[in-house]
Amino acid sequence: MARPKLAVWKFSSCDGCQLSLLDCEDELLAVADAIDIAYFPEASSRVEPGPYDLSLVEGSITTPHDAERIRDVRAQSGALITIGACATSGGIQALRNFRDHPQMMAAVYAHPEYIATLATSTAIANHVRVDFELRGCPIDKRQLLELVSAFLHGRKPNIQSHSTCIECKLRGTVCVMVARGQPCLGPVTHAGCGALCPTYARGCYGCFGPSDAPHPRPLAERLVALGATRAEVVRLFSTFNAAAPAFRDEANRDD
Amino acid sequence: MTNRTIQVDVLARVEGEGALTLVLDGDTVVEAKLKLFEPPRLFEAMMRGRDCTEAPDITARICGICPVAYEMSACHAVEDALGVRVDGALRELRRLLYCGEWIESHVLHMVMLHAPDFLGFPDAMALAKHHPERVRGSLRIKQAGNAIVAVLGGREIHPVNIKVGGFYRVPSRAELAQLLPALRGALDEAQDMLDWLATFEIPSFARDYELVALRHPSEYPMNEGRLVSTKGLDIDVHEFRAHIEEYQVAHSTALQARMIGRGSYQSGPLARFVHNADRLSPIAAASAARVGLDPTCRNPYRMLHVRGVEVIYALDEAIRIISSYAPPAAASVPLVMRAGTGQAVTCAPRGILYHRYVVDDAGLVSDAQIAPPTAQNQLGIEEDLFAMGPTLAAMSLEAATRRAEHAIRNYDPCISCSTHFLTLRFEQRGTP
Repeated sequence: MARPKLAVWKFSSCDGCQLSLLDCEDELLAVADAIDIAYFPEASSRVEPGPYDLSLVEGSITTPHDAERIRDVRAQSGALITIGACATSGGIQALRNFRDHPQMMAAVYAHPEYIATLATSTAIANHVRVDFELRGCPIDKRQLLELVSAFLHGRKPNIQSHSTCIECKLRGTVCVMVARGQPCLGPVTHAGCGALCPTYARGCYGCFGPSDAPHPRPLAERLVALGATRAEVVRLFSTFNAAAPAFRDEANRDD
Repeated sequence: MTNRTIQVDVLARVEGEGALTLVLDGDTVVEAKLKLFEPPRLFEAMMRGRDCTEAPDITARICGICPVAYEMSACHAVEDALGVRVDGALRELRRLLYCGEWIESHVLHMVMLHAPDFLGFPDAMALAKHHPERVRGSLRIKQAGNAIVAVLGGREIHPVNIKVGGFYRVPSRAELAQLLPALRGALDEAQDMLDWLATFEIPSFARDYELVALRHPSEYPMNEGRLVSTKGLDIDVHEFRAHIEEYQVAHSTALQARMIGRGSYQSGPLARFVHNADRLSPIAAASAARVGLDPTCRNPYRMLHVRGVEVIYALDEAIRIISSYAPPAAASVPLVMRAGTGQAVTCAPRGILYHRYVVDDAGLVSDAQIAPPTAQNQLGIEEDLFAMGPTLAAMSLEAATRRAEHAIRNYDPCISCSTHFLTLRFEQRGTP
């Protein structure tokens, strides 16, 4: 039986999520035996034409050209899986969605007119059908391997959508908000990192985006009760998943 | 008269997206444009209005390959603005973190991205079929580097434990000591790896570069030092903007940098080595000598070997830091917000990384400037391609295209820093 063909695509991003695949080290050579890595420009000059059985898509849509290119990627792909916060919610660069874009361009470039760019950074699912979205800024490589393994065996991936709070409890980490009053997005953030930040004595900063059925408003009110200013709460919700609806709506609430 | 065009849609094995147009008239390159068309992400504009303490976490997202470099330059620049100094064990831990990133980034580039050029393979997976033990050995070295960043930073990519003023939590002696066996094993394997890299055929090429690096009174530079060059530059990093300007060209979304009044410069591992060979540890200095590297080297292809030496240095330095580590009393230095401007240059694996922030009295950033290493190296890369004209003209178009890509990869260009696939268009115009 022919090995399934894998393609890795990049849109607007930092390359960190596809690097997670190269960071699989020991497992990478095993993956390379099980899958035909047919298109992965960051790692290989070898290019096999599509169609591809599995496409991993990193990055968000920020240019007119990329808005067209993602349709072409979808047309060539069996399963299309987005990897990371940029592809899943627009990423940190979606902060532009809430600001004056021409002014931002002028702050960076002497000649903004040389550059074709959109005023928004949007998730892949805003443009084409997506079969699975893997969260994280960056993604967790164990989850990536689970996802690829599930795909190879034709089963559902074992990836939980509960909150980071549950992961903290499973690890036995003392709650940084209850014990130390530190601002933490754990109650509303999607699991997957293993509740890393609280194990390093800091509050979760939400890099996996909103969990299933989150309630950001009571959390935001609690953070203010603990001494945070409203501006600080808005900034906390406005980072790597600023355009994810649950975080966006909390940050832009003006009552 | 021949007029041929080669279209290589993807210049692979680089981080980011771009294109190269090379036009050859006889044996003269008449146009060399490295086009970085990575979609702009506008970090400097996004930083406006953010709290200065958010700079390390936010700017880390500029590059998934060298997030530690962004975190380090951001921390040092904000600390400069706030008048905070981080010393002692905290400073040593930051150096240890950088060792981890140098090891993982350099090994990724040397073995997985660049070695295939020298040996004629499309990628590390094909290389692994022919040299399985070499690839496995190098992956063990890379893992040792990754483990440093994972233990100290929480994870390899976008580590979470780094803050302005120090760390959120400092490791115990035991947490760091558990890294030692793998680091010692990796140091032996890194020596073997360097000897293997030294057997590769290195194209002969040299240019009179202005090589720019940090130089520190006693250490091989990572987080501090003066900016020095082979053309007489010797400045405090606060004078960066008086000597180096960034400007926009129509063909690239990355700003380019040049030395005011002189032009291109190069700031990668070769520059670092040329200025600091005398600061290497005895083990690393002996390794450099063994493969015939000395500060007179001006061949960019030999950056492969310099990276190999720097990996040995970083492993040796990591072992030194861990062996003498005693946890500091506090995980970070307290911060008091005040208005000011802060600047810093630190040594990303690919070259110098400059950050500058203007902070108001509430600690909010009103202006930010970030000059990534690849943007600074870009003009020099184009000039290398100009200088390669006679060599490229004597080759088949296919071989010349491969050679041009190989030459670009000498710099381990990290295009996502600024700006995804390089499209190489090679036009050859025959002599009339």
